[in-house]
Amino acid sequence: MNQYLTAGLLIPVLPLAAFVIISAFAGRYKMASALTAITAMAGSFLLALYVLSSQLAPHPAAYELSLPWMHIGDVRMDIGILINPLTSIMLIVVTSISLLVLIYSVGYMKGDESFSRFFGFISLFSFSMLGIVISNNLIQLYIFWELVGLSSYLLIGFWYQKPEASAAAKKAFVVTRFGDLGFLAGILILGFNAGTFNFLEMEAWARTAVSVGAISAVLFTAAVICLFSGAAGKSGQFPFHVWLPDAMEGPTPVSALIHAATMVAAGVFMVARLFGIFSLSPEAMMVIAYIGCFTALLAALIALTQEDIKRVLAYSTLSQLGFMMLALGAGGYTAGMFHLFTHAFFKALLFLGAGSVIHAVHTNNIWNMGGLHKKMPVTSITFLVAALAISGIFPLAGFWSKDEILTVLLDSGNKPLYYTASFTAFLTAFYMFRLYLLTFAGKPRDERAYAHAHESPAVMTVPLIILAVLSVSAGWVAIPGMEKNIGTFLYFGEHPHGAPFNMGVAVKSSVIALSGIGLALIMYLFGVLKPDAVRKAAGPLYGLSKNKFYIDEIYLFVIKAVFLRLAEIIKWFDRHVVDGAVNLSAFITRWLGVKLRLSITGRVQDYALFIFCGVIVVIAAFAVYDPEALKMFGGRQ
Amino acid sequence: MIEALSFLNEIPILTIIYCLPLLSVLLLLFVPGDNHRLVRLTALIPSTIAFILSILLFFAYDYNTGGLQFVERHEWAATIGINYFMGVSGINVTLVLLTGIIIVAGILASWEITYRPKEFFMLLLTLTTGVFGVFMTYNLFLFFLFYEIAVLPMYLLIGIWGTGDREYSAMKLTLYLMVGSALILAGILGLFFACGAATGIYTFDFDVLEQVKYGITFQKAFFPILFVGFGILAALWPFHTWSPDGHASAPTAVSMLHAGVLMKLGAYGCLVIAVWLLPEGAKFWLPVVLILTLVNIVYGSIGAVAQKDLKYIVAYSSVSHMGIVLFGIAAENSIALSGAVLQMFSHGIMTGLFFGLVGMVYGRTHTRDISKMSGLAKKMPVLAVFFVMTCLCSLGLPGMSGFVAEITVFVGGFMKYPVLTIIAATSIVVTAFYVLRLVQRSFFGPLKEGFESLKDANKIEYAALFILMFFIIVVGIYPFHIMKVIHGSVLPIALKLGGM
Repeated sequence: MNQYLTAGLLIPVLPLAAFVIISAFAGRYKMASALTAITAMAGSFLLALYVLSSQLAPHPAAYELSLPWMHIGDVRMDIGILINPLTSIMLIVVTSISLLVLIYSVGYMKGDESFSRFFGFISLFSFSMLGIVISNNLIQLYIFWELVGLSSYLLIGFWYQKPEASAAAKKAFVVTRFGDLGFLAGILILGFNAGTFNFLEMEAWARTAVSVGAISAVLFTAAVICLFSGAAGKSGQFPFHVWLPDAMEGPTPVSALIHAATMVAAGVFMVARLFGIFSLSPEAMMVIAYIGCFTALLAALIALTQEDIKRVLAYSTLSQLGFMMLALGAGGYTAGMFHLFTHAFFKALLFLGAGSVIHAVHTNNIWNMGGLHKKMPVTSITFLVAALAISGIFPLAGFWSKDEILTVLLDSGNKPLYYTASFTAFLTAFYMFRLYLLTFAGKPRDERAYAHAHESPAVMTVPLIILAVLSVSAGWVAIPGMEKNIGTFLYFGEHPHGAPFNMGVAVKSSVIALSGIGLALIMYLFGVLKPDAVRKAAGPLYGLSKNKFYIDEIYLFVIKAVFLRLAEIIKWFDRHVVDGAVNLSAFITRWLGVKLRLSITGRVQDYALFIFCGVIVVIAAFAVYDPEALKMFGGRQ
Repeated sequence: MIEALSFLNEIPILTIIYCLPLLSVLLLLFVPGDNHRLVRLTALIPSTIAFILSILLFFAYDYNTGGLQFVERHEWAATIGINYFMGVSGINVTLVLLTGIIIVAGILASWEITYRPKEFFMLLLTLTTGVFGVFMTYNLFLFFLFYEIAVLPMYLLIGIWGTGDREYSAMKLTLYLMVGSALILAGILGLFFACGAATGIYTFDFDVLEQVKYGITFQKAFFPILFVGFGILAALWPFHTWSPDGHASAPTAVSMLHAGVLMKLGAYGCLVIAVWLLPEGAKFWLPVVLILTLVNIVYGSIGAVAQKDLKYIVAYSSVSHMGIVLFGIAAENSIALSGAVLQMFSHGIMTGLFFGLVGMVYGRTHTRDISKMSGLAKKMPVLAVFFVMTCLCSLGLPGMSGFVAEITVFVGGFMKYPVLTIIAATSIVVTAFYVLRLVQRSFFGPLKEGFESLKDANKIEYAALFILMFFIIVVGIYPFHIMKVIHGSVLPIALKLGGM
């Protein structure tokens, strides 16, 4: 086995080992648990760097390995590893952010009675997520996909005694399960037709099968859209987006790691991983692009009016994931993954910053904050960096990746998508600065919370600073003209074709971002335009945004009015019709018994009569059906 | 096959395994009933040996050779074809192992029984002997004999040690299963005479019956008789309503054994007797069977949503999961059949866990109504972990046996009936919904008042749960071996059905 493959195999195994050790032994000792988890993750991070090094060579080889897991006749299900540039960059994202979040959590979770369980679960999550990243086949992807869903369930419901938390955990699992049902259907369709679950073999099959018509275009597109529904579920794309905001009931480091930077990006990663298959169906790509675009806009509109600091960030995550899907759907493989890469850092930073604030003021409501910059300068400045990055301000990370997406959209010639995306970018800049200003700037609106506030300890602020540095610099891998940049490293097809830097787009998007920030400053810092006045002017639109377009209510109605009603009907039917028939047959039997009992009179004459009647019936039956047989009664020939 | 285990070929291992519980019953006769400790140990030790032997048997089975192994064959009433014919295929060793696991866990879960434990264990172990026998014999007369031994003690076990409306449930269950038995007996006699008429050999020996090519009319007539006869025990819709009532009234270990093993016995009969011996009949009736099994899966899972009683939820969930077994059987190819057999194994353990846990929860809270409990995890973390894991297995989480079995059924089913398979697969969403809601309502949330003094699992209970969970995880993580064992043995059935 190649040493890179060994490293690739070890990367998920280390956190798994940490999970097992913490569950079995270390659980009693809080610091031992944290140290175990952090050491394992640091090991994985170093190994990820090692794997990355193998892919930075001018013409890197892809490494692949399959180990038999279950073979049933011709059907082979394997556990394997595939190392290529996509794997290596994703490994870096997951391990680095996991590591930082673990360190941060030592401070954030301090004093929680389930401190050890937290570190165990995070390790379990990292194991599952890394399992997705290294997968070389669809079955394995699905296996780890579900395990990631499990870790998400466990971590959202971490404070299981809070009813909202356990409800949100269930909701997240069930909603994503809907997507996964489609995913499973897609796997079955493609696996059955291709005769393999292996990515590379399936891609090779699809290229020829689609061109020679070995699989009908409609079925292929259906299969691909089915696969995408899995991705949409995990990545919170419309109509599956409803679980992510509720998932904010989990501890904030969980939101940062799982519900912002890594797990929710798994859907995007899956589309990228299977890009060779997705891109063969233009219709499916169109669906992905439009769903991504719609989600980006919808979530941004909702984010405008939310009051919970974490929910604003959650909607922002949905919106940014929509951007990534939009990019992929428009054919921008590099752009989509690049945005995933940069977004992971600044969004993790935003969440950890929010966690730092919540830790200090013990409230999530931004209207109870304000003026916190003075009390917590490190948090404030790093948060500002992240807000600038997500808004797309030069030269921060978000600028480069957002710019690349917009360039892809412009090049694709689809104007509506381009303008919608640009408008969403404007909204993003606005709501991010609304959030920043209401939290850190101005005067404190809740004196008690303010008085209580303090900067977080170094164990929390150091990860913030590291992430802030990355949020500034992660985009620099796209600086044009470098020999090895994101476009020449991570590309789809034979030759690098990352979108070239487009000055026009860059200028326009910068103006858009600045105007969004400007509007936020006008409304929330200078107070020229009163938020209340804007709210009144917006009228019902405000209500729509505030109530998330009532999508949750619609779902709830369908569940209550249709699904639960159906369950009640089945319950009734089962009890009264199916079981009723059973009891009826018992009743009839007993009734017959009661009636027939009367025939047992105890008089021999009656019995003789019955026998005589019986004989008559038998003879009559023979006479009708088989006259020959009458001979045995001595009848004449 | 592991070389070190080849000594098992030298001894009548099958007879030894099924006689061990019987030995317990005999020994119990001489144990004073008020010495509970001795009674329990007398019940536990031989069963534990049987359990260990069943593990060894499983690994001693050589899947490269396949076919029947460890055969014991002696003439008995040979003139009427009744012979002592024992043997195991890959399907059998899997189900024997399942029985071994469940009986040990079941005895441990009934450790605290104080009302006539001696008689309780005697009946329970008699039942176990029957189940072991059914899974080992290839003479249909013996098969029926063992089958009845397995079914009948249930009446007393529920009627005497049950809860709630136990006489009604016991009677309902027994009568219902007797209807099944009557059908099975008719079917077996039909096979016996059809074989005699066709070949001149009147025998109950399976290998002879299997060689006969039965007339198409006979197959069409007798397949539904046998399939429904066994299907009743496997909770085939609409013959499933004995199951929720029966489980609700049955004591814990009986529920465990019943849902864990006896329902499998029905599915096993459907597969090995109805389908294998009457393949043409199976093909003819397939559309009906498929629809019924789909109803099982979907109706069972949605039916579970509306239930409030823990045992009813698990019982309907069993209806749904057994539907997947029967669906796999109806899909006719070796992959789906392998999945079906693995699902029998997996569901057996899982539902054993479920009923064991429900019993433990009920023993503490004295309610099974999920709207009356909340926050149990706070006081019973160990039980909560096991409960959540069992629920996760139930909803088909990878890493656990349920996933392996279901995905295999779905892959195999999809090859033949893509649309129906997708419909069947919707149950994974519904199941996720009701089991997670169950967890949320009962174990999560704030602790309900009055539950402050609840105790977590004791060592014996922990052992019972651990044994079961161990196998779920092992099969979930490494299904390679068990799948090889099963697949080799379902292949002949699939070939007879004309597919792979």
